[in-house]
Amino acid sequence: MDQSTDFHRSPPDRIATQITRRNFLKLSALLAGVLALPRLYVDQIADALASGQRLPVVWLEFQDCTGDTESFLRASPRSDPIQPSVTDPDIISLLLDVISLEYHETLMVPAGIQSEKSLQDVLQQYAGRFVCIVEGSIPTADGGLYCTIRGQTALSIAQQVLPQARAVIAAGSCAWDGGLAAASPNLTGAVGVRQAVPGLQQFVALPGCPSNSVNLVATLVYLLTFDRLPERDSQDRPFFAYGEEIHEECPREDYFEDGKFVLAWGDEGHRNGWCLFKMGCKGPRTRHNCPQIKWNDGINWPIGSGHGCIGCASPKFWDANGPIYQPLPDGGDD
Amino acid sequence: MPDVFLPYVSTDQGSTPPPEPTPTPPPGAYIVIDPLTRIEGHLRIEAAIENGEVSQAWSASTMFRGIEPILHGRDPREAWVFAQRVCGVCTTVHAIASVRAVENALGITIPDNARLVRNVIEAAQFVQDHVIHFYHLHALDWVDMVDALNADPAATSDLARSISSWPNSSPEYFASVRERLQGFIDSGQLGLFANGYWGHPAYQLPSEANLLAVAHYLEALDWQRQFIKIHAILGGKNPHPQTYLVGGTALPIHPTSPTALNLARVDLLNNLVSQARDFVSQVYLPDLKLVASYYPQWTSLGQGPGNYLAYGDFPDDNNPAPNSYWLPQGVITGDDLALPPAQLDQGEIAEYVARSWYAYSGGDQNGLHPYQGETNPQYTGPQPPYSYLDTGYKYSWLKAPRYMGMAMEVGPLARMLVAYAAGHPQVRQAVDSLLSELGLGSAALFSTLGRIAARGVETSLIVEKMGDWVNALKSNIQAGDLTTHNAERWDPATWPAHAQGWGTTEAPRGGLGHWIQIANGKIESYQAVVPTTWNGSPRDAQGIPGVWEQALQGTPVADPQRPLEILRTVHSFDPCMACSVHIIDVT
Repeated sequence: MDQSTDFHRSPPDRIATQITRRNFLKLSALLAGVLALPRLYVDQIADALASGQRLPVVWLEFQDCTGDTESFLRASPRSDPIQPSVTDPDIISLLLDVISLEYHETLMVPAGIQSEKSLQDVLQQYAGRFVCIVEGSIPTADGGLYCTIRGQTALSIAQQVLPQARAVIAAGSCAWDGGLAAASPNLTGAVGVRQAVPGLQQFVALPGCPSNSVNLVATLVYLLTFDRLPERDSQDRPFFAYGEEIHEECPREDYFEDGKFVLAWGDEGHRNGWCLFKMGCKGPRTRHNCPQIKWNDGINWPIGSGHGCIGCASPKFWDANGPIYQPLPDGGDD
Repeated sequence: MPDVFLPYVSTDQGSTPPPEPTPTPPPGAYIVIDPLTRIEGHLRIEAAIENGEVSQAWSASTMFRGIEPILHGRDPREAWVFAQRVCGVCTTVHAIASVRAVENALGITIPDNARLVRNVIEAAQFVQDHVIHFYHLHALDWVDMVDALNADPAATSDLARSISSWPNSSPEYFASVRERLQGFIDSGQLGLFANGYWGHPAYQLPSEANLLAVAHYLEALDWQRQFIKIHAILGGKNPHPQTYLVGGTALPIHPTSPTALNLARVDLLNNLVSQARDFVSQVYLPDLKLVASYYPQWTSLGQGPGNYLAYGDFPDDNNPAPNSYWLPQGVITGDDLALPPAQLDQGEIAEYVARSWYAYSGGDQNGLHPYQGETNPQYTGPQPPYSYLDTGYKYSWLKAPRYMGMAMEVGPLARMLVAYAAGHPQVRQAVDSLLSELGLGSAALFSTLGRIAARGVETSLIVEKMGDWVNALKSNIQAGDLTTHNAERWDPATWPAHAQGWGTTEAPRGGLGHWIQIANGKIESYQAVVPTTWNGSPRDAQGIPGVWEQALQGTPVADPQRPLEILRTVHSFDPCMACSVHIIDVT
């Protein structure tokens, strides 16, 4: 964990000054790193970010807990471990310089009919050009009446808006595979975007509970730069963030190999950062770049804090991984 | 000015009879706000307007996740992980209520370090959540962002320096913020701020105050994500920190180990708390007082039922009983602060579904205590797409909790009033001092503005107090107390065949209780009664309106097409709808 005590105060310059191409160059170097792109694309990313036209974004919330929105609000000027001066855009730069968040019920000023106008304005002005981010699952049982907005079902809103988007991003596990509401027996018939709106061509999923803002920002920047989505696996997840197993990349993996396990909460091994496998860690079942990008400016991550991974980026994790405190069978082998 | 700022006038006049088969609204002006934005979740308000005021209001939650059977049969030790996902905004509160309910059922006492870690995590949640609420969810009900362009930067600087010593206050700073805002507006991409209520006659701040608030909206956006690193240090991440544990905390502690909470990280906590103290005392509170001073009429609008309930929280020692809580437990009725608050009896809590989309097996007129609670969804509302709800019958996914049959307000105002009536010295001093600065009497507290003031007072007290808990943690570590978990009841083999218990906490938006029954090592039933269910409930079996419904009565509405005043009162409660829909009770 970063031991720095240099938590800056809100600097007036970042608030008051639009970021320049030079700043973009700094941040895009890091994003190229997250996206596993060759450094030669750094200039191209910077040009795209500094183009002046902000990417119109519609953020739809359905059966959600707003955790993915909160995660997005933590977007940080994350420092590159190799080049400490290089940073991601933080939430202020995102909102004022990079995207134009046209519709987001938790954050937008207008309500009711005025908020509906904001949505209709995007659909008219930016048809085929806006990005739609979806948070939360979509209920399909009983005609979809378990989630309504403006008296319309979430399902009908999704089916109306999503096909008109340039690209659709599922932020978090609920929008990916139904998440918590879809856990057995799924009374409301909750599903993810792929099932609710079949046939979307430009769709990327960023599962996690919640999704990590680093990956969301990287995906948006990739789209801005290359006008397409990053390469995805058969479950719509970008390879740059979901290509590796947490267990393989875990800094505690050596302890697993050496048979050094935490056996009780607060024991000597726990204090010394030994492997959490026997406390139920689901790292061997979960593909995610959590160990590399970590959370909240990279300051920590769940395994780093002493609790096992709950597998929140893995498919149907509430049902599929077994009890949280029970070790995976077969030593974690799939 | 781009035309996106022009007020949007709907062709739907509201009083037009809706198409069949949706129910017919009452005659007169009738407005619907759906979605009611700048809250967590999906809220719909319908309101009848007479003589420029709300005569009746109906509060409806329009989302249900139906997760009841999921917890049934699961390990009680993992219930907190599921419960935590009830809400990603107050991302700690259901986790803590859950582990407390299990610990209460099994008779587990947690170690001192675990109590302190939990208190600091929860205090951080309060401080961050309250600041975000003020600036990002509520401020733009009072602050006209577009009018900030008319501000004189030098006068704004004078204003800022007259109310605070916060360093970002030069004329150049405010000139650059205004320029940034101008550039943003000139871009034509207004995003979140398009179609706002700019220019509404209810906005009363001078341009300089508007510019100051816009600058601090952005500063708070930056500050909040820094401050909440406290959750990452103690819980691995935020949202949804992950070190809760039945019996203590999963966070190991050691003076120097890099894989434990060590003394260097405790210093980080102190650093963040110290910065938060500055932000709250030099930015948030001065802004709150400034805004309040321009809206005196809102000290007599938005009164709730006058009944307040607080479970209390922040145990100051390892006795789990409420009398050890730093913020006290109690019940107040009839806005009466003269008597000490009555003792809370959880047996008097009951939930009603007479006007909610559920059916009770014993009849919908009954109220059920959480241990006997049932959640059988039975939607009777109009088929979507619809224009109006059937407010004469059932109209919400929220149940109606009542205490001795009364609708109770929960939240910062309830906590501060209970503490005030109980004679809590710091609360009395802080409340009296704020009232005196604003030239108000205590009756002003029972209002929309009173709720905002109570939230600010509470934030300032918690940010002061949380440093004590960090320092107590530090003292324990230095003294060699590294215990973080009580494992006596970790193994389900040590549990009785049957056990039941309840756990409470205070969420930023009000009192939260979880009730659990355990049979043969598994969850037999689980019930949560949450803050926004108390505040946002529909009417009950006796027809008593919920707290918001009562608070909205009499609210002036200058322009029914732009009901800014309704937003002010509803937002003053800081609604959190995902929490409030009964999603995890199983039988």
